[in-house]
Amino acid sequence: MKARLIIPFALAALFALPGCGEKKSAGAGGVLELQNVSYDPTREFYEAVNKSFVKKWKDEGKGDIKITQSHGGSGKQARAVIDGQSADVVTLALAGDIDVIAREAKLLPADWQAKLPDNSSPYTSTIVFVVRKGNPKGIKDWGDLIKDGTQVITPNPKTSGGARWNYLAAWAWAEKQYGGDQEKVLEYITKLFKNVPVLDTGARGSTTTFAQREIGDVFLSWENEAYLIEKEFPGKTDIVYPSLSILAEPPVAVVEKNVEKHGTAEAAKAYLEFLYTDEAQTLAGENFYRPRKAEILAKFSSKLPTIPLVTVDKDFGGWAKAQATHFDDGGTFDKAYGAK
Amino acid sequence: MAKKQRVLPGYGLSMGITITWLSLIILIPLAALFIKAAGLGPAQWWSILTSPRVLAAAKLTFGASAAAAGVSVVLGLLVSWVLVRYRFPGRGILDAIVDLPFALPTAVAGITLTQIYAPTGWIGKYLAEWGIKGAYSPFGVFIALTFIGFPFVVRTVQPVMEDLGPELEEASASLGANRWTTFRRVIFPLLVPALITGFTLAFARAIGEYGSVIFISGNLPMKTEILPLLIVAQLEQYKYEGAAVIAAGMLIVSFGLLFLINLLQRRLNWQSR
Repeated sequence: MKARLIIPFALAALFALPGCGEKKSAGAGGVLELQNVSYDPTREFYEAVNKSFVKKWKDEGKGDIKITQSHGGSGKQARAVIDGQSADVVTLALAGDIDVIAREAKLLPADWQAKLPDNSSPYTSTIVFVVRKGNPKGIKDWGDLIKDGTQVITPNPKTSGGARWNYLAAWAWAEKQYGGDQEKVLEYITKLFKNVPVLDTGARGSTTTFAQREIGDVFLSWENEAYLIEKEFPGKTDIVYPSLSILAEPPVAVVEKNVEKHGTAEAAKAYLEFLYTDEAQTLAGENFYRPRKAEILAKFSSKLPTIPLVTVDKDFGGWAKAQATHFDDGGTFDKAYGAK
Repeated sequence: MAKKQRVLPGYGLSMGITITWLSLIILIPLAALFIKAAGLGPAQWWSILTSPRVLAAAKLTFGASAAAAGVSVVLGLLVSWVLVRYRFPGRGILDAIVDLPFALPTAVAGITLTQIYAPTGWIGKYLAEWGIKGAYSPFGVFIALTFIGFPFVVRTVQPVMEDLGPELEEASASLGANRWTTFRRVIFPLLVPALITGFTLAFARAIGEYGSVIFISGNLPMKTEILPLLIVAQLEQYKYEGAAVIAAGMLIVSFGLLFLINLLQRRLNWQSR
C-alpha cells in the first residue's frame, strides 16, 4: 500500500471500530437498550425526554436503561427500519411513514395508531413562518409568499416529511382563499415554488440554508424548529403566525416485531406511555411542541398561540390519499414544476 | 499441448477467488438491481426514463460530469506537471492534499463547498457581484463534481509523467525542436492515454456522486436535480422498482459511454505505436 493511502485507511478503521460490537437488549451489566428512530427536528426534545425517562426507570427500581437516538429525514428513517435497522420505537413526522413500515415490513400491526391515545401522537405541532428580524418584506400570510422578489425556503416534499406538512398547509390556505377552485390553487402553488431557490432534502438542511447561510426571506418551518432558530441565532429572526395552518401530528409507535426479538417490549411501551405524562408533556412544551394535555398546553399559550388549523384526516382524506394526490409522481407537486 | 509454465503457480485458485469476489461485490448486487427493475414492463421503463424530469436530470448529471472531468484533465495535467517536474518546499504536503477529496466524506465536502459558494459565502459573494450563482445552480453541481473527480486525473497522469526520462526531451532538443514542439509532439502524446483514463475515472465517479451535490445544487426539479436524487425521491415514495429503473438506465448509459471512451483509448494507443 502506498504510504499516502495509509492515513485515510487508518482513519476509516478508527471510525469503523466503535460500530463493531453493537449489542442490544439486556446484555453485559444488565443495561437494557432502547433504540428510538426519529426524524430531524426532534433531536433536542428526545434528549430531554430520555434523560427523564432513564431516571424514572431507575427510580422505579427497574435498573439501568440506555436509549439511543437516530435522526434523519422521516421517510429515510422509515425505510431504514423496513430494511432492518433494529428500532424498538419509531417517532416519525407522519403517520404515513409508520403505515409503510406496517405494510411493507409487517413489523407492527396495521392498527398501530389506535394503540396509544390521541392518534398515537403525544404532542402536536404546526407550520409557521420564520422571517428576518423586523420582517423587512412584510410577510404576514400565505398570500405574501408568491410576491415577486420574495424568496421562500422549504425542504423538498418528495424527500422530507416536514415539507409535506408545509405543502399541505399552503394548499389548504389557497383552497380557502380561492373558494376551492383547483386550477387557481395549483397556480398559487406553482408561483410559490417559483420563489423557492433551494429545496433541501430534509428540514434540518433547510434550517441551515435559511439561518446559517442567510438565504431567503421566509422559511416554512415546524413551529418547534422556528423557536430553536430563535434560540440559536438570537435577534436575527421573527416568527410569523399565518391566518391558517395545519395540525401536524407526529406519531409514535412500538415496533412490535423488533421488541419481541430484543426482549424490550415492556420498556418500549413504558417509554412511549411516558410521553403522555405531565413530566414529558411539560418537556414537549419546553421544546416548543404542543402538549396534548390542555392544561399543560395552556401554560405555554404565550409561545404557542391558538390559530385555525386544518387536519390531514378531515381536509385531505388521510395520509394515503394526500400522498397519492400531491406527492406521488404525477401529483400536484410535479405539476407545479411542469414535470408530469 | 504442453502446459504453459508460469512464474507463480495457483492460476486455478486465484481465478476462482477473483470470480467469486467480483460476483459477491459487483455482479450479484448489479444483477439484483436489474431483476428489481424487471418488475416493470418495457412501456413503464420507457415512460419513467423519458419523463421530462428524468431527462432534465440526466442532461445535468452527464453534462456536468463531463464538464467537470474535462476541467480536471486540464488542471490535473498542470498539477501533475508541477508535482513531478519541480522541487520546492511543501511539495510533499501539496502532493498529499491532492488525495483529500478521496478521504473526506462527500457530505462534508458538499456542506463546505456550499458554505463557500453560497451567495453569502466567501467566494460566492464575489461571484454574485458578477451575476454568477455559485451554489444552487448547475454551476454549483459542476463545482462539487470537479472537487470529487480531480484526484483521479492527477493520480493517473503523475506516474506516467514520472517515467518520462529527460533523455526524451534531450533527444528532441538535439534534433532542433523548440520547447513547445517537444511538449506537443513528444511529451503530450505519451500522456494522452493516462489523461483519458483519468477523464474516464473522474467522469464515472461524478455520474454516481450524491452526497456533495445535494447540498450545493438546491435540488430544483427540472433545473438542478441530479439523477441520484431522483432515485432517492423514488425510494422516498417506496417505489423500489422505479428507483431501480432509473439506476439501471444510468448504468446502461454510463457503461455505453465508458465503453466508447475505452475504444477511443485503444485506437489512440494503437496509433501512437
